[in-house]
Amino acid sequence: MSTVLSRRLVGLGAGLSWPGRPLDGHGLRALYPRRTWAILLGGYAALAILVPLLNLAVPASSAFHLPDHAVALGGKILCYATVALAMDLVWGYAGILSLGHGLFFALGGYAMGMYLMRAIGTDGVYGSTLPDFMVFLDWKELPWYWAGSDRFLQQAALAVLAPALLAFVFGWFAFRSRIRGVYFSIITQALTFAFMLLFFRNQTGFGGNNGFTDFKRILGFPLASPRTRAALFALSVTLLFAALVGCRMLVRSKFGRVLTAIRDAEDRVRFCGYDPVGFKLFVWTLSAAICGMAGALYVPQVGIINPSEMSPANSVEIAIWVAVGGRGTLLGPVLGAALVTGAKSWLTVAAPEAWLFALGLLFIVVTRWLPNGVLGLFRREAK
Amino acid sequence: MSVLAALTVALALDAGVLDKIARGSQPEREEALSALVAAGDAGAARVLRALLEGRLHAAPEGAVLIERDGAFRDALTGASVAAPDDLEKVTINNRLRRSLQRALLALELSAPEPERRLEAARALLQAPDTDLLPAVEAALQRESDARVREALLTTQGMLALSAPESNRRLAAIAQLERVPGASTKRLLDDRLAVETDPAVRTALQRAVLGVEASLRRADTAGLVFSGLSLGSVLLLAALGLAVTFGLMGVINMAHGELLMVGAYATWVVQLAFRRWAPGWFDWYLAVAVPASFIAAALIGAFLEVTVVRKLYGRPLETLLATFGASLLLMQGVRSVFGAQNVEVANPGWMSGGITVLAGLVLPWNRIVILLFGSLVLLMVWMLLSGTRLGLLVRAVTQNRQRAAGLGVPTPRVDLVAFALGSGIAGLGGCALSQIGNVGPEMGQGFIVDSFMVVVLGGVGQLAGTITAALGLGLANKLLEPVAGAVLAKIVVLAFIILFIQRRPQGLFALRGRAADE
Repeated sequence: MSTVLSRRLVGLGAGLSWPGRPLDGHGLRALYPRRTWAILLGGYAALAILVPLLNLAVPASSAFHLPDHAVALGGKILCYATVALAMDLVWGYAGILSLGHGLFFALGGYAMGMYLMRAIGTDGVYGSTLPDFMVFLDWKELPWYWAGSDRFLQQAALAVLAPALLAFVFGWFAFRSRIRGVYFSIITQALTFAFMLLFFRNQTGFGGNNGFTDFKRILGFPLASPRTRAALFALSVTLLFAALVGCRMLVRSKFGRVLTAIRDAEDRVRFCGYDPVGFKLFVWTLSAAICGMAGALYVPQVGIINPSEMSPANSVEIAIWVAVGGRGTLLGPVLGAALVTGAKSWLTVAAPEAWLFALGLLFIVVTRWLPNGVLGLFRREAK
Repeated sequence: MSVLAALTVALALDAGVLDKIARGSQPEREEALSALVAAGDAGAARVLRALLEGRLHAAPEGAVLIERDGAFRDALTGASVAAPDDLEKVTINNRLRRSLQRALLALELSAPEPERRLEAARALLQAPDTDLLPAVEAALQRESDARVREALLTTQGMLALSAPESNRRLAAIAQLERVPGASTKRLLDDRLAVETDPAVRTALQRAVLGVEASLRRADTAGLVFSGLSLGSVLLLAALGLAVTFGLMGVINMAHGELLMVGAYATWVVQLAFRRWAPGWFDWYLAVAVPASFIAAALIGAFLEVTVVRKLYGRPLETLLATFGASLLLMQGVRSVFGAQNVEVANPGWMSGGITVLAGLVLPWNRIVILLFGSLVLLMVWMLLSGTRLGLLVRAVTQNRQRAAGLGVPTPRVDLVAFALGSGIAGLGGCALSQIGNVGPEMGQGFIVDSFMVVVLGGVGQLAGTITAALGLGLANKLLEPVAGAVLAKIVVLAFIILFIQRRPQGLFALRGRAADE
């Protein structure tokens, strides 16, 4: 059974992630053909420069003006797309389906949220230097793990390191004992579930139920101002673009080849003399770190972070973004995240009842009839 | 209030007493009241209640009358009489009102039905009142029912704890020691704070220690019981999952929603009984159990045919697709039955509980679920080990290709087993509806927990599933008082993650040759 399965998967994977022969050329040319580079860079420039311009410089009366809420929604979608990319790195290329990626995203968000809470200063409801929720709990001083949380750089580093460290420790235990497939998926779900419960507690010191909100400023810039928003948007585009190129470099390298081999037939890779643990652990930790960065950019744009971001359902939704776009392709998840979250923000307003039906059906339709996602459709047509 | 205690003349309700109550001075009325209570004349309750409710009327002379719906009857004989012109309502003040309430309660103690006496004795336990001590002691003399005696003795001990004589206090302490409970401990503690007699003090201290020890015992026993109870629920949730996961290696993320379907099926059956056969309401579970099984099994079979089968060999996609199915089921139920939780009433024989130890009451519904879980387990075991279907299921679980090669119709076995596993989940939902909320989201919390049971127990092993379910239930509940509910859950999850390090195949590993599973 397993050999049939892995042979089928090898066939599938080869068709998907390895377009025939490697491209000629070195450096950047080895990553994408010239035309794709042009499209990517064009898209990046359009998003990072044009969107802020249309929002800030074009007067509100003009038809070309981009309203503030569109920028906010766009920034949110970009962060989701980055998470989807990170998810695809582990699922599409290493065959590890994580049902707990929302946790890494939320941890990054919480690390940044801590800084944002401290940056409120004494402008909170209670006028205390402590965050409001601590005053509410009648705490007199910051818990030890809040030490230095008013330093932006420290918290920005923490937003990357905390999820990465957690992923590393968890992955080290899990991969070493060869937990894979659905076992791994469910344990990641249990992990995020446990953390959600932990963060729901008031005593944990992260605002309990309500999490962090009411942010005022970041690095001295007011968060309510459209210019800060536009800057955060441009940063999100940059992060997504950098992650895209970085992941592309990774999957086109020899490391990436081993990774896909592990995905398709882990035991054979081991029999060939490679130890899959290191490969999986690296890509798993990297993926968590990318999620953390996305979370850190997400929180100032959305203005709130609470434990529901860690709910298992949220993490499964990330998987469906990847599946819709097409896993094993890096652009697919970006597209999928944009499509699904776009549809979500439209449908939850237009027909709230219908959204869960649509999402549920999407899961079934995509897995049954679109195993390679939307990009898979184009690919087949190209052949 | 010492009037009550001092008076011992027993009097039944007669014209003289009635006259005192209706027309007497305040002390005379109190006196008459306590005489009635001491006599334990249950017939007097009618008159006292009428007085309390302002329905007792009297003219300066002649009979005392009770008004009911505008008609008057003689309070003594009950004969209808015409109201005289100078009839006046008998008024009472607050002090008398309290005495009346107390007297009515005391009179309940001599009611003919033991259930009513028991209720009155329990009410006294809740609100102890020193003035009632004589009534309680009088009631004790006549009481024959053991339960009522027990409650009365406790009340007596409670009331006599502040008696002036030290030997009566000692007797009260001994009496209270026999019924340890949180309220007893509070009483003893309170007395200890004011007690001066050294002999009584030592007795009190000893009694407090004894009561504390038995409270701890009751606590532990209660925790073990709730752990087993949680374990049995987990078992019902995990059994079906263990069957399908073991057989096909796929996780059915909609499993929790199948529990929900079973619970809603129970709710619908319950509604139908209440509407069309209220007389048979106590027996609605006899229909609800098969109904919840069938409803969940049908949905499970549909899911298998439309989704799971089509994704054979792609377990991760199956996981996602069944998650989609769970969203559909949840939203479907929300659209049909509403987003609010619905309430499933227990049948009468399942409400209440039995007192095993002082301070420990085991609710019937949880006991029934424990038994129900064992019964379902027994049936699944018999099905798997004793029938042809079970043989085929086990064969496919162990080696699908070889079983297929030997002519086992694997697709049909898959379908039947999936329906069976779903049906068991439905039974779990039926059981859950008896102890918790029934709502569209009720299944969500179970998928992680029940999969943990399967992971811990190992695949295809009923013994493992049982051990893991009960073990997890117990661990959760025993850790709760130490670490709090949330931390207990986290500790258990962490333990499982570490456990899998050592035994990736679960507690009871079955497979020896599975290198690439």
